[in-house]
Amino acid sequence: MLEVRNLTFKVNENGIERSIVKNISFEAADGEMLVITGPNGGGKSSLAKVLMGIEAADEGQIILDGEDITSLDINHRANAGIGFAFQQPPRFKGMTVIRLLSLAAGRELKKHECCKMLSAVGLCANEYITREVDGTLSGGEMKRLEIATVLAKPHKLCIFDEPEAGIDLWSFSMLVQQFEKIHERKEQSLILISHQERIIGMADRIMVIEDGRIGALGAREDILPTLMGSADACTCLTR
Amino acid sequence: MTLDQITEKILKQIDESGLRQEGAFNLRHNGTALCHGDSEHIKIKKKEDKPGIDVYIDGDAKGEQVHIPVVVDASGMTDIVYNDFFVAEGAEVIIIAGCGIHNSGCNESRHDGIHSFHVAKGANVHYEEKHYGEGEGTGAKVLNPVTNIYMEEDAVFTLDTAQIKGVDSTQRETNISMGKGAKLYVVEKLMTHDNQTAVSNMEVQMNGEGSSAQIVSRSVAKGSSKQVFHPKAVGNAGCHAHVQCDSIIMDHAEVSSIPEINARHLDAAIIHEAAIGRINDEQLVKLRTMGMTEEEAESVIIDNFLN
Repeated sequence: MLEVRNLTFKVNENGIERSIVKNISFEAADGEMLVITGPNGGGKSSLAKVLMGIEAADEGQIILDGEDITSLDINHRANAGIGFAFQQPPRFKGMTVIRLLSLAAGRELKKHECCKMLSAVGLCANEYITREVDGTLSGGEMKRLEIATVLAKPHKLCIFDEPEAGIDLWSFSMLVQQFEKIHERKEQSLILISHQERIIGMADRIMVIEDGRIGALGAREDILPTLMGSADACTCLTR
Repeated sequence: MTLDQITEKILKQIDESGLRQEGAFNLRHNGTALCHGDSEHIKIKKKEDKPGIDVYIDGDAKGEQVHIPVVVDASGMTDIVYNDFFVAEGAEVIIIAGCGIHNSGCNESRHDGIHSFHVAKGANVHYEEKHYGEGEGTGAKVLNPVTNIYMEEDAVFTLDTAQIKGVDSTQRETNISMGKGAKLYVVEKLMTHDNQTAVSNMEVQMNGEGSSAQIVSRSVAKGSSKQVFHPKAVGNAGCHAHVQCDSIIMDHAEVSSIPEINARHLDAAIIHEAAIGRINDEQLVKLRTMGMTEEEAESVIIDNFLN
């Protein structure tokens, strides 16, 4: 179970301090799928990075299964059981797809294991395993590979930052099926940052973040109808 | 024959597939041929006029290997060797060279390997060369290879070179001339550290219509080391060439990439790409989200970059 208490994250821009994440508190239960949505620039990705330790919290606590992980760095949080899929994954010249997935899995993968992982995210496996993770892969291919790296081993908590971005419709459907399977097994908590209606519609709970704060948080049934009708009445426009 | 521990250790570094002392091979140790053997299709003859060997590969050689490693473990030694390879029409051969220096003294140990390849029509050569230095002495370990490749019509040559570590100074000179339809693939990998220096000059003359060259150079410069790359591709006929130099720079190192492309024919298409930069922070962060420390992530990035 993830507990986030009074989390604040600030940046310094030209000597002026600005809060990106403002006093956010929430929980994600074991096996729960929590979808975080909200306007662009609202602080969703920053919150995800603070949870992974990529950015350091200025205030607040992050507790995973009762352990305070606030002061842990990225790799220790990864070893504590958090997985993270980047919105824009980096490329690695000279590294093959099978090597990257083996590193993600924490063991040398056999060809058929690698193929299975790639197929799950809609990549034709045989074609890809020996390719380099460089500029020869398209943005969509990189994105699907990034998701495969997180799915390569079980985590307590997986965070996906806009997994749908740059992915074609067919692959997106496969990806949704993957999330559904993980969710059904209830073995891992999922935090998905998304603007995609189909992903938001899968959530157990939905959290709306606007201007660094929680605008709404509740069960899908309660939040979704409000969310679908709120596009014209976004608080950041009407405030 | 039985080899000493140092020689065995160095051979493991420079000849991954293993010198089994069978088939065609020649082990040069401190300036003399320690042992050698021929195969049915590959004959090795000692030169009469200067140090080195002539290697004759006939057209019936198909996928055969020739191993010609060099080991220098005498401190203060300068070893110069001239090796010529005559690859007959239609032959397909893998040549595994490489040199390792073990220097436990305070004097400079040096090996200059001057290799010339005469590749006949339609022959296919895969040439691997690894350079490595070690030893607790303060004497420098120096390797200055010269590689001359003459490719006839439709010949294919793959030049795969790697300087693994421990070489204090290297000056590599590579000269290639290509006939009609010849295909060249070059992969150069280089790692320098501490105060090491490395210079690599390469000139590819594409003289034949339809010839093509793909040259990839990847290097990592650590410490206060210095690297200079000067690849030159000259298109004298309708041809294609792609030269790509990528370097990772670390610490206080210095890397220079000086590309030169020269088209002397309307249908010569030559491209050069060069990039020098530090390890990308996003790559480090991604690997750290997999549970690696920063040092482990850095090592993985370098290893794979040079893979």
